[in-house]
Amino acid sequence: MSRYESLLEAAGDTPLVGLPRLSPAVPEGAPPVRLWAKLEDRNPTGSIKDRAALFMVREAERAGRLRPGDTILEPTSGNTGISLAMVAKLRGYRLVCVMPENVSAERAQLLRMYGAEIIFSPAAGGSNQAVAKAKQIAAEHPDWVMLFQYGNPDNARAHYETTGPELLRDLPTITHFVAGLGTTGTLMGTGRYLREKVPGIEIIAAEPRYGELVYGLRNIDEGYVPELYDASVLTRRFSVGTQDAVLRTRQLVEVEGIFAGFSSGAILHAALAVAHQAVKEGTRADVAFVIADGGWKYLTTGAYGGTLAEAEEALDGQLWA
Amino acid sequence: MAIEVRIPTILRTYTGGAKSVEGAGDTLSALLTDLDSKYSGLRGRLITEQGGLHRFVNIYVNDEDVRFLGSLDAKLNDGDNVTILPAVAGGAFGFAAAAAMLGRSTAPVR
Repeated sequence: MSRYESLLEAAGDTPLVGLPRLSPAVPEGAPPVRLWAKLEDRNPTGSIKDRAALFMVREAERAGRLRPGDTILEPTSGNTGISLAMVAKLRGYRLVCVMPENVSAERAQLLRMYGAEIIFSPAAGGSNQAVAKAKQIAAEHPDWVMLFQYGNPDNARAHYETTGPELLRDLPTITHFVAGLGTTGTLMGTGRYLREKVPGIEIIAAEPRYGELVYGLRNIDEGYVPELYDASVLTRRFSVGTQDAVLRTRQLVEVEGIFAGFSSGAILHAALAVAHQAVKEGTRADVAFVIADGGWKYLTTGAYGGTLAEAEEALDGQLWA
Repeated sequence: MAIEVRIPTILRTYTGGAKSVEGAGDTLSALLTDLDSKYSGLRGRLITEQGGLHRFVNIYVNDEDVRFLGSLDAKLNDGDNVTILPAVAGGAFGFAAAAAMLGRSTAPVR
């Protein structure tokens, strides 16, 4: 069905497409090893985050945490802010996003177009300044509602209820699921569902490895592990460097015609690693992985052209996934 | 047996500022013991008093998380690359700010 009562109903049910050119060749007579991409850029605002935003808002409404006219507060510079802005607009909420002032101008412009208000935290001082600003805002506005995607079980549930069942419906022979590790919601929700339904399935995380600046904590105790994260859902976890992510992102568009953001390139890198291993071991594999968003929002980084070293330099210090 | 180990910025005080050092060992535990003999105190920043990997430390062998390869018992081979990184969620800004607003601590859970 492709007719919906409103844009909100059009979220999810994204296409799963085969990648015959990027799938590794197998020797004659050997079992097939196939890659499948779930095109989450086909969601209403162009990213997988629409699923979590919609689900978190609906569940907060159901629980009485959100009432008409309420203000939603979300510290984000990324896709979740854009998704929430769309959902908030259509459901009648005000959205305030807190973000560092060094995010790209187009990101802020996009959020404002969707109707979000933006409070900038100082770029100098990094996350410590952001935390200080966030504390101040929360103290001044105790009535604002924060959905907290890193610890909100409804983020993972969105994928347990939708992404997981869609994958199993479209690819009953699935052997591997690969996705990015940020809030961990996609992997926790989809992973739990698939583990319940498909014995022996592998759930694989691809984690972006950023430039050194991003890891500039003062000490180890300032690290973060999202509250949603449960390592027992995963079977493997790969760290993918900037150059590998950029290389695979370019291959996606050059070889298969899929124009994606860099996190999807990182995910493809991990998917290819497990696919090549299956070829080596002579086992059948249907590897489904996530295209988290399109490449449009990242074009101005300049990382789609030039050498890989130049691309790495262009992305240095940026949260590219 | 030489294994290249990449050291994150915050731990380079132990390696005299070196970004990358060489070590030896056939398991991760043996490698960390070897490194500690040259860079005293390093092992203690990665391993808790209970003997497990620190919650906010991630260690990768050839880009794969050691927690899924046997943790400290993960096998190492000559020529392997080991990367040590502090745990930073993608979108760490959002997480840090959100945790602060909720009045939650981001300090380690013990």
